[in-house]
Amino acid sequence: MLELTWLIPALPLAGFVVLLVAGRRLGEPLAGWLATAAVGGSFVATAVVFLGLVAEPAAERRFGQVLFEWVPAGGFSVDLGFLVDPLSVAMCLFVTFCATLIHLYAIGYMHGDPNFTKFFVYLNLFVFSMLMLVLGDNMLVTFLGWEGVGACSYFLISFWHTSDANASAGKKAFVTNRVGDWGYMVAMFLTFTALGSIRYVDIADGAAGLTATTATAVALLLLVGAAGKSAQIPLFVWLPDAMAGPTPVSALIHAATMVTSGVYLFTRMNGVVAAAHPWVSTVIAVIGVATALVAASIAVAQNDIKKVLAYSTISQLGYMFLAIGSGAYVAAIFHMITHAFFKALLFLGAGSVIHGMADEQDMRRMGALRKLMPVTAVTYIVGWLAIAGVPPFSGFWSKDEILLFAWEKSPVLWFVGLVTALLTAFYMSRQVFLTFFGEARWDEPLEDAVPELAVERGLLPYEGENEIDDDIEQVYELDHLPHGVGPKEAIHPHESPWLMTLPLVVLAVMAAVSEIIQLPVTNTTKYLEHWLYPVVEQGEHHLTASTATKWGLAVVAIVAGAVGILGAASIYLKRRLDEQPAAPEVLRNGWYYDSGLAAFMGGPGRAAFEAVAWFDRTIIDGAVNGVATVVRVASGGLQRTQTGFVRAYAGIVTAGAVLVVFVLILRGVVL
Amino acid sequence: MSVASLLAAADTVPAPDVEWSALSPFLVVVVGACLLLPIAGLLPRRTRVAWSALFTIAVALGAIGASAWVWHDLSRVGPTERTTVAGAYAVDKFSLFLIVVICVGVILATLLTEGYLRREDLPGAEAYLLYLASASGAIIMVTAADLIVLFIGLEVLSIAAYVLAGLHRRRLRSGEAALKYFVLGGFSSAFFLYGVALIYGATGTTNLVGIAEYLATHRLLDEGLLLAGIGLLIVGFAFKVGGVPFHVWTPDVYQGSPSPVVAFMASVVKAAAFAGMLRVVVVALSTHRLDWQPILYAIAVLSMIVGAVLAVVQSDVKRMLAYSSINHAGFMLAAVSTGADEGIAAVLFYLAAYTVLIGGTFGIVTLFGRRGDGHHDIDDYRGLARREPFLALALTIFLLAQAGTPLTAGFLAKFYVIQAVVDAGSWWLGLVAMLAATISAFLYLRIVLTMYAGVTDADVEVAEPTAEPVRRIHVPLGAKVAIAAALVLTIAIGVVPDPLTHASRTARPELVAPGD
Repeated sequence: MLELTWLIPALPLAGFVVLLVAGRRLGEPLAGWLATAAVGGSFVATAVVFLGLVAEPAAERRFGQVLFEWVPAGGFSVDLGFLVDPLSVAMCLFVTFCATLIHLYAIGYMHGDPNFTKFFVYLNLFVFSMLMLVLGDNMLVTFLGWEGVGACSYFLISFWHTSDANASAGKKAFVTNRVGDWGYMVAMFLTFTALGSIRYVDIADGAAGLTATTATAVALLLLVGAAGKSAQIPLFVWLPDAMAGPTPVSALIHAATMVTSGVYLFTRMNGVVAAAHPWVSTVIAVIGVATALVAASIAVAQNDIKKVLAYSTISQLGYMFLAIGSGAYVAAIFHMITHAFFKALLFLGAGSVIHGMADEQDMRRMGALRKLMPVTAVTYIVGWLAIAGVPPFSGFWSKDEILLFAWEKSPVLWFVGLVTALLTAFYMSRQVFLTFFGEARWDEPLEDAVPELAVERGLLPYEGENEIDDDIEQVYELDHLPHGVGPKEAIHPHESPWLMTLPLVVLAVMAAVSEIIQLPVTNTTKYLEHWLYPVVEQGEHHLTASTATKWGLAVVAIVAGAVGILGAASIYLKRRLDEQPAAPEVLRNGWYYDSGLAAFMGGPGRAAFEAVAWFDRTIIDGAVNGVATVVRVASGGLQRTQTGFVRAYAGIVTAGAVLVVFVLILRGVVL
Repeated sequence: MSVASLLAAADTVPAPDVEWSALSPFLVVVVGACLLLPIAGLLPRRTRVAWSALFTIAVALGAIGASAWVWHDLSRVGPTERTTVAGAYAVDKFSLFLIVVICVGVILATLLTEGYLRREDLPGAEAYLLYLASASGAIIMVTAADLIVLFIGLEVLSIAAYVLAGLHRRRLRSGEAALKYFVLGGFSSAFFLYGVALIYGATGTTNLVGIAEYLATHRLLDEGLLLAGIGLLIVGFAFKVGGVPFHVWTPDVYQGSPSPVVAFMASVVKAAAFAGMLRVVVVALSTHRLDWQPILYAIAVLSMIVGAVLAVVQSDVKRMLAYSSINHAGFMLAAVSTGADEGIAAVLFYLAAYTVLIGGTFGIVTLFGRRGDGHHDIDDYRGLARREPFLALALTIFLLAQAGTPLTAGFLAKFYVIQAVVDAGSWWLGLVAMLAATISAFLYLRIVLTMYAGVTDADVEVAEPTAEPVRRIHVPLGAKVAIAAALVLTIAIGVVPDPLTHASRTARPELVAPGD
């Protein structure tokens, strides 16, 4: 059954090719169904491979499949091969599962879009790339997938590139990710230099023999790569803007799968982190927890329903990095899986709300939607309880496990993680209350919506709000004018079609029960840990905490979650407290990080780039032009020999022949 | 087999042992060529379906199938080489690989020629017959294990090619190209034949196995005769592949000949000549590697640099591509000069990739030439991207591939050459090759940029009153198929090079005496 591995990426690839060639002819909705079937088939193939792997004894769950020698270059040779082991199969299972549901959802969501087919072309290509990323048996194949998911991400962010904001968001994601890619590539070169191979099997075997300095360098470079892809400090700026893409894209790429590839990478390379200086893992943990805290604090003050979820995703990814830094690889993967379910659920739910509200995204113009959109509301509430850390929903268990490892690493890390958990519960409750509870506000005008939306999308400066009214027509194309700005129209919120609610229900079930893969009740119920252990044994930290400590930490976490929920309830539901202090300006603007970065790049950064450009123009281009001049002069002389007369040609041939024979004889006989 | 033993055996005159099955690819092409003429004669002068072209393609496909069958047979039986017809003919994987390359070249050229003949209103059939005849000569060359047989192949190949160059009877340039090619080709054949005679004089045999054995076991007191012979053989081969300074015919002939014929000349003729060079110079004369190596170094370096430099300054696209083909020949000569197995594999890979690239490139150049095959000035290509976006994109891909862009067939072709050269210890030659590749990139990019440079409004206004109305280019079915196939192969070889790499490494020319 393991031989079917190649089918896992092949099916989405086939879907991509068919849609590319015949997509327009298939049209809507057939193209969407075909794409869904391709990814669904991939899920089935993954399940078959998974069963095949389960049948093997635990120590032998490692299967390689080489399709062909990809880069044969002397001593250096890279195969296009797949590595099937517990980690890659676990990744494939949840990736294909979520992707299938999101494809299904997108058939409903993208209904009527002029580029319906194109959307599924990209989506299938994305799934193919993601599967190459996790299945690749060496760093180069993973890099292929790494770049592939990145490319699809840029395409899909700017999918509606009629609007300038979306196109520039795509560019931002591209530029930020380049920084990360640089780190990944140098890490790959360094690994090859140190180990003579970039195959994961060889890396896992050879990591222990690396010098601490080399391992540290590789791990830090990987951190740069992973921080770019997984939106960690300082490279997180692109992810909130990436929400310009269609909502299924946000759910699939920018929440469930692609952004977790940094976590996957570290888990795959855990041996290298283990061989590095101990402070490396501390750096990873600090970056993770700081990202978690900062992003959660920003999420508290956002009004765009997708922006809240975007910052929430960054924050949850921070948790996963905290887990990696604390040596909790299993917990990181566990949280990755539960997060994939509940965050995909939340994004799709948000998409359903946006769909029902005729493209309104501002939560201040929602409210009381639970009566009008019952399925969306109920499933969304399940997702909320999961992410807020309410037992027995899945998020509680995975987050609790990470906090436990963080406690063993350092109580400071644990405390920051706990505060983040409180904030998480707060902002998610705020979102749910504003959207589904309270009074219906969708007919109320929103005076400050214009500047704020424009500022959030990076289109307008923070000052000079008075001048904005004149520019607004230029900034937004008329058909994408946000609500609350353009001419008033009646909104009639309605429940979404079954194509969209069915994935919501399935994901809600998963968000509620997926903790069964890793219940800390007894040792035997930790299925995920036993499953992944052979892959992560080099880096995995072993817990020493007593049962009492574990219980104590869990209770504190539950209390923190409850405080967050109750706080939000008293402000946004009961209206007992003023909401202004809870959403200060500095948080609404994301600590001014984005604009600060833009100011820096526009000032000193720009000067530096111009200096480089001058060097390129004057020195490099000068050299190139010099070569061109030499070529031109030389060719002028040579061309004169090309007279067009046969006798001249025969003369040249004869002269050449005489010269050849003369040189040969002179060298061979005389010398 | 020496003359003395041949005379001793003369009274019995044994019929040479012929292994017909091993000769099947050759036989398919020869029989096909013989059948084509009566078939074409029985058909009406103008048919809606191009039966002659289809038949030619079927013959070439048949030869490819036969080659595959023999290849499989060789893999199964074990010994990777078979001699037949009393050691005159060596069927090994090397020759089979090149037969396939030759047949692919024939197929691409045939597909392009079909539409070309209709557009230019030329009678059919002769062109296809000449392709098959020339290809049979090429097959003799790649299989020959005897210098005389090799020479026969060379002449069969060349005479048909001379006629092909003059295929467009109403164009003066075409006739001029044919005449120049014929005169200079005959001239170079004389050098080659004289070289054969000198080698026979030095070693007493024309059989390659015999030559190699003789040189391995005997030490010549005076090597002058042998070295002169080697030099003249190299001159003969270098003329056919277009190596500097024996390239002088190339620009004029390529510019004047019908465009599809150029695709044929650049792929099939080169493949055959390189095959001969590898088998004779690199394998049979391997004992004198230190003697011939500097000569090949010089020709390779000159070809790479002169080809690239002169290509940049041409104003006629076909002439540019002629110089670019000299540049490509230089790369292959660099790989030949290593005299190593990697070098041979690199040449084979390069030939296969180059056949595909040149077929596609000249396919589009044929179309851009329009009626009369004359619109090849670089200015005629200006703004073509707007009018013919698909053709322009395809030509861009082919040219970038020729420049050696990664993920295309051209990249690995150049990469393997440089790798082989560096592995053989000739760092400096690798550096020259990279420099030449950089210079030649100018030329390809120049064509691409010209196509994508827009025609300014001012140009249009000035030109409009006098210019003939520009019609869209009609793309015949054959050209469509050829260009699409070449595109797919260009990308496929670039992305999944493994099968071709593997085949080119397996296909080593062998020297095994008959009866072994």
